[in-house]
Amino acid sequence: MAVGIGFRRRLDFLLLVIAILSAPVLSDLILSKVERQIDLTSQIARISSTIKAENDGSSSVSEILLAIPELQAKNLAYLTARVIEGKGKARTSGLALTVEPANPKGMPPALSFYSIVLPKPLANGDSVTLDVLAAFTHSLRPFPEKITQADIHLVLFQDTGHYLSPYPVKVQSLAVKLPQARIESYTKLDNTKTLGSEIKYGPYENLPPFSYSPIAIHFEANQAFAVARELVREIEISHWGNVQVTEHYDIVHGGAMSKGEFSRLDYQSKPQIRGASAFKHLVAKLPPRAHSIYYRDAIGNISTSHVRGDSKKTEILIEPRYPLFGGWRTAFTIGYGLPLHDFVFESEGKRFLNISFGSPMHDIVTDSITLKVVLPEGSKYFSVSTPFAVQQEEEIKMSHLDIFGRPVVVLKKANVVPEHNQFFQVYYKFNALAMLMEPFMLITGIFFLFVTCIVYVHVDLSISKSSASYLAKLQWDEVRATVQQIQNIINQCLSTHEKLEASLRDLSRTGDVQACKAARKAADGLLKELSKELKPLIAFLQSTPPAAHILPKVEELVAKERELQERLMAKHSTIVDSYEKKLGGKETENRVASVQQKIVALRQDIEDLMEYIDEI
Amino acid sequence: MPPQTMSAKTDATIGVNGTAKSTSNQAPPPMALPANLKSDLLNKLSLKSFKLKTKQQELLLRVSILFLVYVLAFITRLFSVLRYESMIHEFDPYFNYRTTLFLTEKGFYEFWNWFDYESWYPLGRIVGGTLYPGLMVTAALIYWGLRFLRFAVHIREVCVLTAPFFASNTTLVAYFFGKEIWDSSAGLVAAALIAICPGYISRSVAGSYDNEGVAIFALLLTFYLFVKAVNTGSLTWSLASAFGYFYMVSAWGGYVFIINLIPLYVLVLLITGRYSVRLYIAYNCMYVLGMLLAMQIRFVGFQHVQSGEHMAAMGVFFLMQVFYFLDWVKYLLSDKRLFETFLRITVTTTVGLAAVALGVGTASGYISPWTGRFYSLLDPTYAKDHIPIIASVSEHQPTAWSSFMFDFHILLFLFPAGLYFCFKRLTDATIFIVMYGLTSMYFAGVMVRLILVATPAVCLISAIAVSATVKNLAQLLRTKSKVTQGGSSKAASGSKASSKALLDQSQPFQRNGAIALLLGVFYLLSKYATHCTWVTSEAYSSPSIVLAARGAHGNKVIFDDYREAYFWLQQNTPTDAKVMSWWDYGYQITAMANRTVIVDNNTWNNTHIATVGRAMSSYEDEAYEIMRELDVGYVLVVFGGVTGYSSDDINKFLWMVRIGGGVFPVIKEPDYLVNGEYRVDKGAAPKMLNCLMYKLCYYRFGELMTEYGKPPGFDRARGVEIGNKDIKLEHLEEAFTTSNWIVRIYKVKPPNNRW
Repeated sequence: MAVGIGFRRRLDFLLLVIAILSAPVLSDLILSKVERQIDLTSQIARISSTIKAENDGSSSVSEILLAIPELQAKNLAYLTARVIEGKGKARTSGLALTVEPANPKGMPPALSFYSIVLPKPLANGDSVTLDVLAAFTHSLRPFPEKITQADIHLVLFQDTGHYLSPYPVKVQSLAVKLPQARIESYTKLDNTKTLGSEIKYGPYENLPPFSYSPIAIHFEANQAFAVARELVREIEISHWGNVQVTEHYDIVHGGAMSKGEFSRLDYQSKPQIRGASAFKHLVAKLPPRAHSIYYRDAIGNISTSHVRGDSKKTEILIEPRYPLFGGWRTAFTIGYGLPLHDFVFESEGKRFLNISFGSPMHDIVTDSITLKVVLPEGSKYFSVSTPFAVQQEEEIKMSHLDIFGRPVVVLKKANVVPEHNQFFQVYYKFNALAMLMEPFMLITGIFFLFVTCIVYVHVDLSISKSSASYLAKLQWDEVRATVQQIQNIINQCLSTHEKLEASLRDLSRTGDVQACKAARKAADGLLKELSKELKPLIAFLQSTPPAAHILPKVEELVAKERELQERLMAKHSTIVDSYEKKLGGKETENRVASVQQKIVALRQDIEDLMEYIDEI
Repeated sequence: MPPQTMSAKTDATIGVNGTAKSTSNQAPPPMALPANLKSDLLNKLSLKSFKLKTKQQELLLRVSILFLVYVLAFITRLFSVLRYESMIHEFDPYFNYRTTLFLTEKGFYEFWNWFDYESWYPLGRIVGGTLYPGLMVTAALIYWGLRFLRFAVHIREVCVLTAPFFASNTTLVAYFFGKEIWDSSAGLVAAALIAICPGYISRSVAGSYDNEGVAIFALLLTFYLFVKAVNTGSLTWSLASAFGYFYMVSAWGGYVFIINLIPLYVLVLLITGRYSVRLYIAYNCMYVLGMLLAMQIRFVGFQHVQSGEHMAAMGVFFLMQVFYFLDWVKYLLSDKRLFETFLRITVTTTVGLAAVALGVGTASGYISPWTGRFYSLLDPTYAKDHIPIIASVSEHQPTAWSSFMFDFHILLFLFPAGLYFCFKRLTDATIFIVMYGLTSMYFAGVMVRLILVATPAVCLISAIAVSATVKNLAQLLRTKSKVTQGGSSKAASGSKASSKALLDQSQPFQRNGAIALLLGVFYLLSKYATHCTWVTSEAYSSPSIVLAARGAHGNKVIFDDYREAYFWLQQNTPTDAKVMSWWDYGYQITAMANRTVIVDNNTWNNTHIATVGRAMSSYEDEAYEIMRELDVGYVLVVFGGVTGYSSDDINKFLWMVRIGGGVFPVIKEPDYLVNGEYRVDKGAAPKMLNCLMYKLCYYRFGELMTEYGKPPGFDRARGVEIGNKDIKLEHLEEAFTTSNWIVRIYKVKPPNNRW
């Protein structure tokens, strides 16, 4: 297999070379100096080139073309260009320029072109210096493609030694930075030298357009080849103060496939040798003040993670359940909350979310990312602005206490590298009053629950209105109501008694005999009235059979109460009498003592009876 | 003047703690203390406005106690969620979770017709027809209900909290049941006792998503409704009990207990001469409707009329009819002798007919004989001799005294006391609870897991004991205190000392004794509460998927190896791979790793399990043949030698040999033993040292240092150095071993090329 693929690749390159050689010269632009640096220290190949372009022709030039072989172009994840101003230490890079795919005529078919639109057209004789950064994923090819646990992990990188460009290049050089000193082999062109873990090609001078000399570098790479085959990032905004981010990863080790057995013993005893190609953990850099961080998968929480935080960032180190060897997969979810005021702002009557696009994982390649921004229910007029092109959709998500669902903006992009972690904005309109809807719904729900209970208790739901038991129940209810009324009357009587006692106390303080007498009269009248009220009730009880068993008690109660009334009256008149006769306190007490004792006993009896009747 | 001043003084004292009216009606004395007055006013106001009648107070107290018990029953079961996480526990719950997930995703009809290809490969399992769907349907209904109310919950959370929720509901049923058989205070005590009783908690902690969690609720509900029906003779209640029975049948195989206990109870009532029309109505309605409803459950089907276990209920049903008929004839016939002859003839013919019917039914195979499980309940030694697969499960072992003590604590002593109270006040209801208590206690002694069934009865009977005792004592105290209170009030009013109080003090130590006894009861009950909480947090809240241990420095170490292995299987093996393991792990593998297994915890096919047992106990090349036949891709073993985890496959191995040998006589248990002793060290039997299980567990273990100061290959679970350190595998290769070596997975290599 490996040989076959290698052979095909080589054939492709051969075709490419033939195609290139037959291409025409494009314009009068000359690249006076090209410095390229290829960084292979991570799984992402980053090629940064500094290009100095001069206009040698008569007409002004407004765009510069970049040529990338199609084989690499399909792995191209990220491409930017900036103008560099100044020289030496004073260099500053300007704004990013627009880079768009171009399709110039008469060009060899095996090349993809991108055109950089210059900020101002380049007149004759003028020059401009550009900094172009391109990141390629999946361009470090494991070779051999299958290794055992003990084998070292070797990868192959192929590119061109000469800068591939539709313009002639005057002076150029290339430096390839590798992760470790161990280099299995590399293509030697003239003027090649190695410096530690760096390979230098060039300088080469005065090469015609479309110069191409393939190079291949075969070296050891033990960095984490973590590839998220799919990443779903869900960002949910709650205006109660939280932005909840949930990220679902489907990770695979993108390096050489492992073959043969996995020995835990070897891995445990010599992890550096018998497990060098595996990676054990991933590091994610979350925004500062991230809270409620969790890390779990479909079957539960994963306990191996560590969080470190400071004011600039929150760093979380997560270990999958098992170390990942080549081709092994794992899937997990991390989630965290962010403070709302750090990410959602308001401008011109609109709110907008400003948050970074890609995965917070260190040096991870994401094959396909789906970003869902869940706006609060009731958001309207939403729009998205991203620094690069993405595919956009909309959907609805139903969550807690939603009626219509929350609008979701779905952004999709393939082939994402950490360079894509730029801020993007989602603008929307949201009325703060809509926040209160959910609590209001809860309150209404509970309110109606109580109302139903009340209605249920008070509504007669029996089916047969004429059955004996139903009638008996009705009658019993009536009896209970009557007894209740009797009790109320007795209570009123008792409170009248209180008043009488109070008038006696007033008497002893103020000495106003007339007032005391008046009070007695009033009480007497009231009590009479009450006993009049009592009569029909007792009569009703006597006439109803179900009341038979409580009737004696009730009658006893009424009788006792009457006796109590009489005694009290007697006591009252005695005291008033003795007061009028100006008898001493002791004497008065002596006269009242027997009555008083009786009163206390009666009170006690009445209380007991009331309690007894209550319990029926 | 002196009397005036004196009365003014008494008046002032009354004013302070007396009525508010006198102070509010008149302008207060200028130097009155405002703060004092204010508090006085407040005091009066609150007393006056919130004064409730005794009955209302009692109702309020009862409702609030019940509510607190309800909440307590729920939260005491949440230890596992707080200690670990919201996850499904143990083995069977994983199957229940998987099926619930299927039900919520695919709907009821798909669930009903589900044929599961992922278990019992290559046989498969008709899941819809071989499970009790009550639990899953309940959870799914709760889930759909919450979804409908717009609560976006995850089905896992619903499943995790189903058992505690139903435990809370059980306390309510226990309250009503207690109220029915004794009084409402006994009901309250019963609710409180059952809320925290470890015997019940063991099967209903959060995450223990098993049939029992719902079934105990259904069981108690059915019994309560039936007793209510017997007490009232109302069709409504017996209909309700039939539905309760239907729910129970849909939830758990333990319904057999109900369908045998209730006829037994009816029989006892008949014999003791307590036959009544109420009983006739209650039993007939409950039996006929309950049977018809139960037939709707596919797994139960026609067993109610075809299986030996259900024949008692049918017999009693016919007996009831005969009894009723005889009653009627007796009513018609005035001659006593004539009736007696008639009685003799009828009884003989009925008994004869019944015997013939039973004999013919059994002989023709229409009525199936009792199953082994049923036999093993009646005869505890039966399973050991005849069905090793039942005997091999730890929860099917006879119960030790210690576990009775552990699960019941003081209830074990209160139970006889409660029985005494029940016998003292025999009613239809107390007879029922006595019978329930005694029979379930017997079954609890036969099998550890049946402690669960006995728990409600024990709680109810103990509650009767507690409530009756406390009530008696409190009554004693209350009459006393009332008299003394009256006396003190009299003394305060300034009149003569109470002479009445002296009359009642005939037994001077009675009151003190009552106080001491009450304190004793409260001490015991508080001990019970602390014991229950301790047991719940220490013993019954472990998910057993995640193992926790104490590290060298007292810190908590977590072994999450099971999930590590299952997740590895899920992610890194082909989706159609078949995994062979001992049946214990079958449900977990299908649920968590989502891979096909050969055998699982359903254990419906003994031969299939025996085949796996045979493979595990054969030499590698023989086992390879078996594995090729079963199309096995991976073999999973559980090994505790590194961590000292003792319930691993080596310790279960003898059961594999026994079960395998039960079907395939090639496997003989003595081959694996040395002088009847089971060893893994140098002195082990040669067949043991070279069988597949031994090889898979100890592969390359001989090179590992497990403990300082011990030779390499020292097995910490068994405390010996292993006997075979040079293990070579020919047909299998190590595919994955978890970080603590608890789970080891091997890949079965394809056969070698012939050329």
